[in-house]
Amino acid sequence: MEVGTFWIYLIVMFVVTYIIRVFPFVIFRKKIENKHVRAFFAYIPYTVLGAMTFPAVFYATGSVISAAAGVAVALALAYRGKGLFTVAICASLVAFLVSIVM
Amino acid sequence: MKQFLQGIKDGGAIGIGYLSVSFTFGLEAASSGLFWWEALLVSMMNLTSAGQFAGITIMAAAGTYIEMALSQFVINLRYALMSISLSQKVSPEFGSGKKMLLGFAVTDEIFAVAMSRQGEVSSKYFAGLAVLPYLGWTSGTLAGAVCGNILPDTVTDALGLAIYGMFIAIIIPAMKKDRRILKITLLAVVFSFAMYYLPGLKMISSGFAVIICAVAASVVGAVCFPMEEEEEA
Repeated sequence: MEVGTFWIYLIVMFVVTYIIRVFPFVIFRKKIENKHVRAFFAYIPYTVLGAMTFPAVFYATGSVISAAAGVAVALALAYRGKGLFTVAICASLVAFLVSIVM
Repeated sequence: MKQFLQGIKDGGAIGIGYLSVSFTFGLEAASSGLFWWEALLVSMMNLTSAGQFAGITIMAAAGTYIEMALSQFVINLRYALMSISLSQKVSPEFGSGKKMLLGFAVTDEIFAVAMSRQGEVSSKYFAGLAVLPYLGWTSGTLAGAVCGNILPDTVTDALGLAIYGMFIAIIIPAMKKDRRILKITLLAVVFSFAMYYLPGLKMISSGFAVIICAVAASVVGAVCFPMEEEEEA
């Protein structure tokens, strides 16, 4: 990637992210009442993360098997309510061990 | 000053958490071809996990600027809602100028801590709250980007899973708690698999695919399972 291209990407990212955060903060005085709009906003974080994670996660380590092992561990630990850091590190560790064994 | 220091104290745990996640962001950024200073700048100017990961994916794939703008818009849309909620809780001295400066620091975790504070949120408290998370996020990125060139591939490959592990740790508890989130998130995942593997849809770039899946599933959710104010997840 050319450095000039990087700067344009960076500025696009910054401007969009900044506007999304700051404009509603400055402008809004009232809460959103519409229950459909509220629901849409409530679902967005999870649908984004879900779609970002699957199926891309299976290709994150260069081996579908080690990645799948890591995912299984992550799902199990997350289901038991473990914190972000624990889940992330354990998933990586298991993927690493599986990749060594293979 | 007391408020500012209290904010710094409350932000400590977030800062430590960010250190680890941003470390993997730095690694990913380095392995997708960014220089260390580029990775650092991305973190300094965005302060957002999912958006930045999507951003470097689009950079690596040489996606269009429209795709970049749209992906950041959709992925970070949740911040708009947080900012609206936060705008109702800040003290009157928290004016527009301060909002323009500090609104930048609205993240999932900083928002959660600010909202859990009793009474109004002052600008001094909020500024203090943002300090350690910001330092953790930027320094972790720098360390990750530098280490990405030193650590062996087996280690960086395995750490590539860390960010997804974190995403899983965010979505699973919410799915467990609320059946509507469970259904709608699963729907988004099914859409995502379909986009990835169905022959005709494969040419859609990953950034757009995420946007389409997330928006489509959330619209289904908004229509089928609306949320009253009290029960919001």
